[in-house]
Amino acid sequence: MSEAKHSQPGPPLWLLAELTYECPLHCPYCSNPVNLGSREQECDTDTWLRVLSEARAMGAVQLGFSGGEPLLRKDLEVLVKHASDLGFYTNLITSGIGLTEKRIAALREAGLDHIQLSFQAANADANDLIGNKRHSFEQKLKVAKLVKQYEYPMVLNFCLTAQNIDQIDDVMALSCELDGDYVELATVQYYGWAYLNRDHLLPAKAQLEAAEAKVNAFRAQQQGKSPHFIFVTPDYYEDRPKACMNGWATTFLTVTPDGSALPCHSAKILPLTFPNVKNKSIKAIWREDFSFNHFRGTDWLPSPCKTCDEKEKDFGGCRCQAYMLTGDMYKTDPVCSKSPDHSLMAQAVKNSESPSRELVYRDPKVSIPITEI
Amino acid sequence: MNELSDSLSGKVPKLNRLFKFQFEPAQDCYVLLFPEGMVKLNPSASEILLQVNGERTISDIIDALLTKFPDAEGLGEDVFAFFEHAEEKRWINYV
Repeated sequence: MSEAKHSQPGPPLWLLAELTYECPLHCPYCSNPVNLGSREQECDTDTWLRVLSEARAMGAVQLGFSGGEPLLRKDLEVLVKHASDLGFYTNLITSGIGLTEKRIAALREAGLDHIQLSFQAANADANDLIGNKRHSFEQKLKVAKLVKQYEYPMVLNFCLTAQNIDQIDDVMALSCELDGDYVELATVQYYGWAYLNRDHLLPAKAQLEAAEAKVNAFRAQQQGKSPHFIFVTPDYYEDRPKACMNGWATTFLTVTPDGSALPCHSAKILPLTFPNVKNKSIKAIWREDFSFNHFRGTDWLPSPCKTCDEKEKDFGGCRCQAYMLTGDMYKTDPVCSKSPDHSLMAQAVKNSESPSRELVYRDPKVSIPITEI
Repeated sequence: MNELSDSLSGKVPKLNRLFKFQFEPAQDCYVLLFPEGMVKLNPSASEILLQVNGERTISDIIDALLTKFPDAEGLGEDVFAFFEHAEEKRWINYV
């Protein structure tokens, strides 16, 4: 790859540190890869400390500690302290399971800026069933109170699927009761385990429209008051693809538990070799690595993107989606109505009406019998 | 004095706790950071926010800026317009 072509990419403003794929929950919509790897391959503390220093030196400013469940890393406080000293804005993206008062206080002390807490639903039965963990709803309610008590900005995240999207009024009511600052009402994006379970999870178009109408009505009567609701729709019903990750390797850098560096958290599925932070610096990865340069800019674009006047807007859409749906990562994202493969989207919607396989939990140890609910 | 300045000049702005204000060497500018987001600030907005400490009123802030930038034209109006915008964006609230 010529160096002149991508002389100076901007800095990786957003660093997502996926500390571990281990998680106490087993949500079927998890975006983690289906092949989760083992804990022995996880980066050690010193590697993470170096990654944080190197990324910050390049201009990274937002840092997400994610996973799996990042709280399962005993060195989380050490990493947060280092990140905070470096001047990162630190975000903890958590299920809340295992977040004791002692830990929440220690994280505050270490300089953690914000906590994003996930919920699976607005009531205990559905929440615990979706995450396949008993009493998790109760724990999350306690954690939400602690987050407020320790004066963190609190973002609540609800992943919406065909199973829980009809209860969006309850979700918004709970968000108000918990006094969230921002609330992500995020219909699931279909990557990793979620892609495997897509036929079950994808809401019908009517469900989606009804939910969006309820959110808009709720916002209208809020008169600018908190929480601020953010509604994220799946792109399966759209005519134009998303500008995935704001463009390949322009803004986002993900480091997975085993140290793989990726331009987005799901890129590992692509037939490309990605670098590893254990033996390469962030600077070399970001500026020089073949995989990071591969889909940068618009020179690589296929037809019909190449001559499209919207190419600077969406950069051909999502590489992972193109690969998963068409089998070719170089193709236009089939979400685009100009793509010759666009009929795949209608086919996916049709398949969701009668799923051909069972819904599976992510990496289940023990399943709550569905009949209990 | 117009209506906007009348209603604002005695107020004491403070930074909303959701936002962190800092200088970013890589961007060569001040920024506001908030959960998973960042706003780059222009030099005037940065100078105004540098004066916000939860104690000064908006007229104190204008006086301080006039001392620092005696030749700036229409500075008062710019400051009022900034605070109107900043409140709308929830960057600041009033003590």
